[in-house]
Amino acid sequence: MDVKTILQDTFTASSSAHSGLSAFQQESWTNFSNWGLPALKHEEWRYTRIRNLFTDKLIAGQHQLPTKETISSYMLPGLESSNSIIFVNGYFVPELSHIQDDESSLIIKSLDTASKDEDAPFVKQNLGHSARYHTDGINALNGAFAAGGVYMRVKKGKSLTAPVAIYHFSDSSNGLRFSQPRVLVNIEAGAQATVVEHYINLGSGDTLTNEVLEICTSQDAVLYYIKIQDEGNASSHTGTTHIRQLAKSLTHAVTITLSGKVVRNNLNMVMEAEHGESHMYGLYLLEGETLADNHTIVDNAMPHCYSNELYKGIMDGHSTGVFNGKIFVRKDAQKTNAYQSNKNILIGSNSAANTKPQLEIFADDVKCSHGCTIGKLDEDALFYLRARGISIENAQALLLHAFAMDILDQIKDEHVRAFADQLISKRLLFTI
Amino acid sequence: MLKIENLQARIEEKEILKGINLEIKPGEVHAIMGPNGSGKSTLASVLAGREAYEVTGGSVDFLGKDLLELSPEDRAKEGLFLAFQYPVEIPGVSTTNFIKTAVNEKRKYQGLDPLDAAQFLRTMKEKMKLVQIDQSLLSRSLNEGFSGGEKKRNEIFQMAMLEPKLAILDETDSGLDIDALRIVANGVNELRSANNAFLVVTHYQRLLDYIVPDFVHVLYNGRIVRSGTKELALELEEKGYDFIKAEVEKETV
Ligand SMILES: Nc1ncnc2c1ncn2[C@@H]1O[C@H](COP(=O)(O)OP(=O)(O)OP(=O)(O)O)[C@@H](O)[C@H]1O
Ligand SMILES: [Mg+2]
Repeated sequence: MDVKTILQDTFTASSSAHSGLSAFQQESWTNFSNWGLPALKHEEWRYTRIRNLFTDKLIAGQHQLPTKETISSYMLPGLESSNSIIFVNGYFVPELSHIQDDESSLIIKSLDTASKDEDAPFVKQNLGHSARYHTDGINALNGAFAAGGVYMRVKKGKSLTAPVAIYHFSDSSNGLRFSQPRVLVNIEAGAQATVVEHYINLGSGDTLTNEVLEICTSQDAVLYYIKIQDEGNASSHTGTTHIRQLAKSLTHAVTITLSGKVVRNNLNMVMEAEHGESHMYGLYLLEGETLADNHTIVDNAMPHCYSNELYKGIMDGHSTGVFNGKIFVRKDAQKTNAYQSNKNILIGSNSAANTKPQLEIFADDVKCSHGCTIGKLDEDALFYLRARGISIENAQALLLHAFAMDILDQIKDEHVRAFADQLISKRLLFTI
Repeated sequence: MLKIENLQARIEEKEILKGINLEIKPGEVHAIMGPNGSGKSTLASVLAGREAYEVTGGSVDFLGKDLLELSPEDRAKEGLFLAFQYPVEIPGVSTTNFIKTAVNEKRKYQGLDPLDAAQFLRTMKEKMKLVQIDQSLLSRSLNEGFSGGEKKRNEIFQMAMLEPKLAILDETDSGLDIDALRIVANGVNELRSANNAFLVVTHYQRLLDYIVPDFVHVLYNGRIVRSGTKELALELEEKGYDFIKAEVEKETV
């Protein structure tokens, strides 16, 4: 069987006429069929080849569930009893998920359910908004499988007591596992939430995850979002995080990529209301053959918005880091302040960094800046540390850790920050 | 302890050290003076192992080992210390964490167990008192935003923590106010013993009033052109370098 047939069969088997999502899924499938998977000649995919990841060995569809114990062993330290959303092979599993916060604050249910109950109008209106920014088959392909997704709502005026951790388990023990998680998040007016995503390969085979996460924030809502990718070098990922400020709110994203074969992250901040504020931070710490590609979009449609963006990369071995940062300032978005910076350090002599800012400004009274650097570790600093008896490995680790700190410090939740720091320190092999 | 023979070094095709000879015995303090650009910091950097400098000739024996064969970190672990003329600012690396790493790497090299948190704190406190450095400085990023004098004091603090056998102080006195100068000099004098030695690079007699040297050398144009006792420093202070330059020119004609 070829890939198209495998996907077609899975699609047919999993789509239900009774879902409120079937029209959306059908439309997405049609788009996917028309567009196909993006090729290198697609302007947005110039550095990132994903077609070859889709082989005819690919396994899609549901599969047996891991045990509760297995799930527990992968929980973020300190968040074991926190809100958790469990995906297995791209399908939301309510019986393994856990809601810690009160029902009066937080609702988590399948997207399918949400498409049929009181949340149906919201789902209908907001699901699939990211496709406007990504007219490629990969986003559409996820849409076709949206029925396996999850819906989450933080109720008006409520601040969650604990983060919502989304764990994506992929079981590759029978071969290349293809997962397509779909998440729709509704942060109501005045509500506050932290959402963290983490990815786990349960087998020793390859995984390929194609995810779409869409978040809407209402008046005065606050959202902290953290994505931690350390699934191992047999795992590939194409993911879109699409954050829309429906009204004045604060949104804050930190994306950390530590391993993978091919990793593509789209992060969109769509600022649809005045006085919005958004922050985007990223760290990619790569080695081996990893290719990590971060594409970000800040879309300013209304006046008086502020956005700040800092992505940092450290590339060792044969790895490649790609950063592409688009900032749109539409003609009504006067008094926009938008800042962007991308800094890279190349450690490996065969590593590479590609960085491209793209500013499209149609308003005249705005402040925008961007900058990028690609360099090596500071020789003077390295020598200073070594002259004190610190081995070259530890001196490098200290300097790289310091470089990464700017991003780590942006993670507000202490447990999540400690978890990320521990992964980073382990990777930098700091030993004494 | 240290024996430098006919040491020559260059950077980017530029010959800077043109045959240095110098022997330092345990318990001694040597001062090196000389005009700007004569090669004093270059000598210090070459001894500390800075890779940008290429050693083109000569040898350096440090406690029976071929110093030039060792990596910078191993030189430090063998007991060499360089107080930098321009200490480097390293944002994001906490001073305390840095010193702890340095101390424990050295201990590991010596086959000792790392200091535990309490032991380390005790040693820190003791040495902080010695150089009168403030805790608040040490909790900041390494040298970041430190004043010139604070950086120099931090160098001496690190020296006190690492207890080197040979400490090279490259213009540690410049940028220090009078009180700080006295404190730094006191720190050095407290650490002086029959088993260690100091090589002090300075432009000013002032420092040598506090740290009294056994020998004074004048480095000029990549060579040591005069050596003497502490009186030589007084003579230089009085006459400047012109008389030495003139004598050297005469000799080489
Ligand atoms: N990277 C370099 N490239 C070229 N020349 C260099 C480089 N580094 C140092 N030099 C030169 O080497 C010479 C010696 O410099 P050095 O710093 O050793 O002098 P110094 O005696 O310490 O002077 P000062 O008293 O001003 O500290 C100077 O002429 C300097 O310009
Ligand atoms: Mg100098």
